[in-house]
Amino acid sequence: MKLLLAALASLCLAGGVAAREAVPLAEDPAVEERLVNIASELRCLVCQNESLAGSQAPLAQDLRREVRGLIKEGKSDVEVKDFLVSRYGDFVLYQPPVKPTTWLLWGGPFLLLIAGVATLVSYLRRRGSQVGRVELTDEEKKRAEALLKDNS
Amino acid sequence: MNRFLLPLGLFIVLLGFLAVGLNRDPREVPSPLIDKPAPEFTLPHLHDPGKTVSKSDMLGKVWLLNVWASWCPSCREEHPVFNTYAKTPGAIPVVGLNWKDNREDGLRWLARFGDPYAASAYDNDGRVGINFGVYGAPETFLIDKNGVIRFKKIGVVTQEVLEKEILPRARELDK
Repeated sequence: MKLLLAALASLCLAGGVAAREAVPLAEDPAVEERLVNIASELRCLVCQNESLAGSQAPLAQDLRREVRGLIKEGKSDVEVKDFLVSRYGDFVLYQPPVKPTTWLLWGGPFLLLIAGVATLVSYLRRRGSQVGRVELTDEEKKRAEALLKDNS
Repeated sequence: MNRFLLPLGLFIVLLGFLAVGLNRDPREVPSPLIDKPAPEFTLPHLHDPGKTVSKSDMLGKVWLLNVWASWCPSCREEHPVFNTYAKTPGAIPVVGLNWKDNREDGLRWLARFGDPYAASAYDNDGRVGINFGVYGAPETFLIDKNGVIRFKKIGVVTQEVLEKEILPRARELDK
């Protein structure tokens, strides 16, 4: 009976270990840490809303295997990313590089901000000049003062 | 009337962006390998582990590399197109890349659905596929006489895709 319980307990433990994410055969914690760091900035191509670090798609597992190999070969983070970009394009990067085709992407928000500020400034100026032109007659001043007194 | 022109104009521009953006298929990731030399590979032959299939075997020919696997339902859909095409006179060779599959399943699949391939390479660990930037079967590459990738079709090659997108390019390259 004890033996059976022990067997069951070890099964549960084994199940717990197997259910953990993205750490297959983690023989070297330093390599795994760098792998997770790099892979979390890369897109999984199969499940495009998942990072390469989190995805369980078979291709993502293969790509992690490749990245793990590159890290063990002593490649830098940039070299690892270049490996994937040269095969799958900029699409794998969550942070797209700044280059002529992405200038609008990077600069667009600032252009919109400038356009917004310019519109606001011109609107305020126009409004300011209109408001400035309105002069109260004596009659209106008296009415205004009476209203203000009433309120107090 | 004039005060509506600017918002209307902006709305139409936005509509244009959305019309283009939403009609794109997000699954089709443009390949950086187009017009670049195809990755070198030497793989065991699917039918005969003693033989190899490599890129250099195909130098001097315009050819297609068709990435497939027995676990891939869309591959089954496009397979009859290649079966028919391989029998037409003057057809360019189609090399199969059996990707992330195991040999028995791959061979059984070919026996059942037909084998249109001039050669079948067996890429069990998927490395050659990764070098080609494959992210899902089926994918088909058109490669020229110098071993440069000229065109890539992601997804099913239908009769229409073959006739309108692949063969005209292949004829152009074969001149």
